[in-house]
Amino acid sequence: MQNPGDALKKALLAALITFGLSFPIVALRTDTNLSNQLVLTERWSLAFTLSGIAFVAFLLLGLVRPAGDERATPKTARSAAPPHPFTRYLPRIGLAFLIAYPFLAVAISGSAGAVKWIDNFGIQILIYILLGWGLNIVVGLAGLLDLGYVAFYAVGAYSSALLAKNFDLSFWLTLPLAGILAAFWGLLVGLPVLRLRGDYLAIVTLAFAEIVRLVLINWVPVTGGYAGISGIPRPTIFGYSFMPGPDNIATALGLPASPLYRLFFLFYLALVLALAAYWVTTRLRTLPIGRAWEALREDEIACRSLGINTVTTKLSALAAGAFFGGIAGAFFSTRQGFISPESFTFMESAVIVAIVVLGGLGSMVGVAIAAIVMIGGTELLRELDVLKAVFGGEFDPAQYRMLLFGLAMVVLMVLRPKGLVATREPTVRLKPKVARGAPAAE
Amino acid sequence: MRWISDPLLTVDHLSMRFGGLVAINDLSFSVGRGDITALIGPNGAGKTTVFNCITGFYKPTSGRLALTHGTGAPAGAIDALTRSDLRRTRGANPELFLLERMPDHEISAQARVARTFQNIRLFPGMTVLENLIVAQHKTLMRASGLSLAGLFGLASYRAAERKAFELARAWLNVVGLADRADDPAGDLPYGAQRRLEIARAMCTNPVLLCLDEPAAGLNNRESAELTRLLRGIRSQTGVSILLIEHDMSVVMDISDHVVVIEYGVKIADGTANDVKNDPKVIAAYLGVDDEEVAAAGGGVP
Repeated sequence: MQNPGDALKKALLAALITFGLSFPIVALRTDTNLSNQLVLTERWSLAFTLSGIAFVAFLLLGLVRPAGDERATPKTARSAAPPHPFTRYLPRIGLAFLIAYPFLAVAISGSAGAVKWIDNFGIQILIYILLGWGLNIVVGLAGLLDLGYVAFYAVGAYSSALLAKNFDLSFWLTLPLAGILAAFWGLLVGLPVLRLRGDYLAIVTLAFAEIVRLVLINWVPVTGGYAGISGIPRPTIFGYSFMPGPDNIATALGLPASPLYRLFFLFYLALVLALAAYWVTTRLRTLPIGRAWEALREDEIACRSLGINTVTTKLSALAAGAFFGGIAGAFFSTRQGFISPESFTFMESAVIVAIVVLGGLGSMVGVAIAAIVMIGGTELLRELDVLKAVFGGEFDPAQYRMLLFGLAMVVLMVLRPKGLVATREPTVRLKPKVARGAPAAE
Repeated sequence: MRWISDPLLTVDHLSMRFGGLVAINDLSFSVGRGDITALIGPNGAGKTTVFNCITGFYKPTSGRLALTHGTGAPAGAIDALTRSDLRRTRGANPELFLLERMPDHEISAQARVARTFQNIRLFPGMTVLENLIVAQHKTLMRASGLSLAGLFGLASYRAAERKAFELARAWLNVVGLADRADDPAGDLPYGAQRRLEIARAMCTNPVLLCLDEPAAGLNNRESAELTRLLRGIRSQTGVSILLIEHDMSVVMDISDHVVVIEYGVKIADGTANDVKNDPKVIAAYLGVDDEEVAAAGGGVP
């Protein structure tokens, strides 16, 4: 515990800094009125509330936290502690929850209220889990920092939409085709950047994503430019559709019409795709190719000395990651029915990278949790009308989404620098369970 | 004198320049099949550069590095291969390889030359066992049939995996690390990491094992253990060993053949005893005046 005097001093300083920062942007706000004049709105109470929150938060933190620098400990605690039993059962509990989720949503908030929970939360999060697991192969396993992952998401979405609209292909065909096309683009971006690593690779992939976005904007005859592509055919199942019309599945089965069937279908489709991604990735990890990816992340030169072709290894990681990005894109386009370049900005790449890093590089469960926290959390912030009680009636929590998003990332990275799930499960074991404290063979 | 009668690796007129710096200048020596050969010399003599050329990490400026996989290559076979633009003979017995034409991963996978590094390069986050399985990448990759056979767990792949597993286990026993098999390699003590790196190199099933300062940082007891380990590996597998070492007690103890270089030029070549008494070697190590070397019959031009 810190000395209370010190904690108080720090809290006062924090409050002062917060006030200093919020004074120009929060307390004094300029608006344009109807006659196009700038008017000054003063919001002193909001600025004081913010400083007050900073003061209380730092005071509590200072009183609770031990004085020593604890950030040094996580580094050394690399393997010592066996994983918490909870983490072992987490995948199974999570899976059971996910399967029951749409029914729970209907049971709790009724069929009208469930739409939001299944669509905005469930399906949205599953898309990001799929994207996170795809990028996890590239960044988490192979250690190639890819800041342009959204490019493959875009390639998948546009190729699936264009194939469906122009060639009348069924969704079930465009889905794998979108994955394969995205993987092909993964190889293409991989070829020129094979010699690059770390920062350089990050910059090149960033540029690649921008190129893809600019092509989508400017190649108007094919992509429709800013207007995007609308009227993308919705998926059908055995010829029945989920949209209102003569071949609607509910009418055919004599059920009452409801938008929920479509959402249930999309939710479980996304779940199946995500589970397939999970299965393939965990399998690949225990295969020579997956072990080579991890070895590449650990030490590229050692890989070369062991006869591993680093060129094909890197390309396969980029292609496998891009494949899942493409699948997610195809699903996204058929779910929305409309796509435009707006959906594929750098912000999306940043969010996906953040999910992978926060989840813990290489950890499938960690990435899934991070996707739930990040995407679910930001969606949840739209719901927080409670905050109006603290900050006054005109406060709109949705406007502060990105601010809180950033704050959450900073806090997480300070508390858990290696991500939510930092332990790495070996792909193979000599003994089922290691006896701790066994004498070393020396 | 196996390095003359039955050479495994023949280094001919090897030169390596980095811009204006000549790291190796017209160096020739050979490594005998089944020998333990030591490459020694003062700091900065170019020893590691020679290793990097042999293992393909550097492309030599000029020279030839010829490796044969068996005895009885017809005379002139290497020259014939050199005149062609091939990297290796295919299907010939014995097989010949020109290492200076091959990329590093092919030198390991096809010519079967394995190496360790001066500053240990393990995969620290992966377990000890995984380090040894990764070393068998090529065999396992072929068995996994572009990962498809492996993805669906076909029996052929599972058998190959089991074999890889057994080989890893055998090497763990040899280097005495079976107890630590499931621990991250980065958590091992220094000496154990050195032994693991040797075991990992041996898992690639090499004909030539190149060790870059294997005794660096080891105490006397560990050095003696290392000597025993290397002798054991050689006698059990018949692998030829080429090592760079500063610890003269290790070098003189286990080497059949010692090559001494200084400033990228060979100054002595012979058995440990020959080299030990060579005035030029003594001069290189103790820093004697040039005149004295000349007087001692070193023949400095």
